Amino acid sequence: MTHTAILFLELGGIIALLAIMARLASRLSLSPIPFYLLGGLMFGEGGLIPVVTSESFVEVGAQVGVVVLLLMLGLEYSGRELMTSLKFSAPVGIMDFVLNYVPGLIAGLLLGMELIPSLFLGGVTYISSTGVVAKLLGDLGWTGNRETPMVLSVLVFEDLAVAFLLPVLGAVALGSSLSSAIGSVVIALLGVGIALVVSIKYGHEFSARAFSGSNEVNLLTLLGITLIVAGAAEVIHVSAAVGAFLVGIAVSGDAANRAEVQLAPLRDLFAAVFFVFFGLSTDPSVLPAVVGPVIALAVVTTATKFAVAWWAGHRGGIGRRGRLRAAASLVARGEFSVIIAALGVAAGGGSRLEAIAAGYVLIMATLGPVVARFADRGAVTVG
Amino acid sequence: MSRIKETSLPGVGVQYEFTTSKGRRMGVVHHHSGRREMFLCSPDDPDSAALTVGLDDEDAFALGEALDVLQIVESVSPAKYEVEGLVFEWIPITEESPASGKTIGDMRLRTLTGSSVVAVLRQGGSTPAPGPEFGLIAGDTLVVAGTPDGIDAVIDLVDGR
Repeated sequence: MTHTAILFLELGGIIALLAIMARLASRLSLSPIPFYLLGGLMFGEGGLIPVVTSESFVEVGAQVGVVVLLLMLGLEYSGRELMTSLKFSAPVGIMDFVLNYVPGLIAGLLLGMELIPSLFLGGVTYISSTGVVAKLLGDLGWTGNRETPMVLSVLVFEDLAVAFLLPVLGAVALGSSLSSAIGSVVIALLGVGIALVVSIKYGHEFSARAFSGSNEVNLLTLLGITLIVAGAAEVIHVSAAVGAFLVGIAVSGDAANRAEVQLAPLRDLFAAVFFVFFGLSTDPSVLPAVVGPVIALAVVTTATKFAVAWWAGHRGGIGRRGRLRAAASLVARGEFSVIIAALGVAAGGGSRLEAIAAGYVLIMATLGPVVARFADRGAVTVG
Repeated sequence: MSRIKETSLPGVGVQYEFTTSKGRRMGVVHHHSGRREMFLCSPDDPDSAALTVGLDDEDAFALGEALDVLQIVESVSPAKYEVEGLVFEWIPITEESPASGKTIGDMRLRTLTGSSVVAVLRQGGSTPAPGPEFGLIAGDTLVVAGTPDGIDAVIDLVDGR
């Protein structure tokens, strides 16, 4: 067989498997993320069907997936929204960070991992899955609920925290000096500042001018700008993901709404490729050894998210059932945990970080929607 | 005046809610995409939307019409009508606007822009053909007639640019 033939057969096989996984996930009303990871594990090294020829292609696709995921996340928020919810959610956000980052960090150290992979593992357990939560709120008819603004503002805080966390972790992993780590963070701060100013002051005019062409022109313009900014961010060690996130924040208004619609299919494809790639590169033979720690981490960090939501709900004057719902929706961990783990692995985090992250996300991305359905009392949604 | 509480839902839209005179919490979620959802909470769990109804633009308009209580139709987004080169525009006056607290005469709108204020819409009563002594406050909406350029000039003055 020719190289092209093998490439197409492998890629076709992977995407067909993704289709089956996605169908299964939607049948069970679960997030597709754990299913994609499982798919990747099946194909990877030491898996059932090793994929060799298309691996480099899948790897590039996976990196594009991270960029598109973060771009879309930025597009969802306008600068003004970020500022207002930061003001209200700061105490809760900080509590959330402390209670959910620390367990991952400690677990890493207890397992005898080095400091750097442990720092990444903290990031894995810290951040709730914006994608899974947003879908849950819509599916369960929770958007009108009183606890929902609080849940979303916690997510906003986490997303912004990641914009600072990634450059810090990146700098630490590079083994660079304290001064260059501070440099990366200052650049990230400046970037966030500029993106917010552009979004708040000039958002609508800037976006309307830059994206006034046909759909095709707009899509290419946005993707081109995003990849260039992502690449530039990588050059100065601020992480491509953060660069893409900032572009998303800067674009606002009508242009952002249209871009979200146009990018959705790209995100679906490349994000799926990203999760599969993470599964692919995880060595399944390491998994059995980490089952115990993964389950322990899952239990602890479910409890810590509950504690945060309970406290925040109490502060916001929300009833017991509302607090339960808030807690249940924040339990899910997904895309960002995998993104942070992938960066950690790229920084030499080792196969154990990868296996723990894969196992952890497998559990938490599945558990989140299930717990949320338990907390739900059958709201009726029409239309 | 307004009992409606407005809360931002980052990444989703805006939640508007109020409590009915019988104590039920209800409201509307405006999604960034333009979709609206009306929700109603049950008395035993006032935090949770027991019923949610999705509405598209036409549904929402029909519902508003059926309720028949609209005071000012265009209070959120400025509307614009154009008839043979003459433009009518609804221009809201915000807290930050330099026009807030001034009279129409102070603003010298007609002198500077050639456009006329045809009416001022205000909660609780509108004034057709206001004179130069008419005092403007934040929350008012000006109905202005003029050429397209003249209207743009009014918007710049009202927004303080």
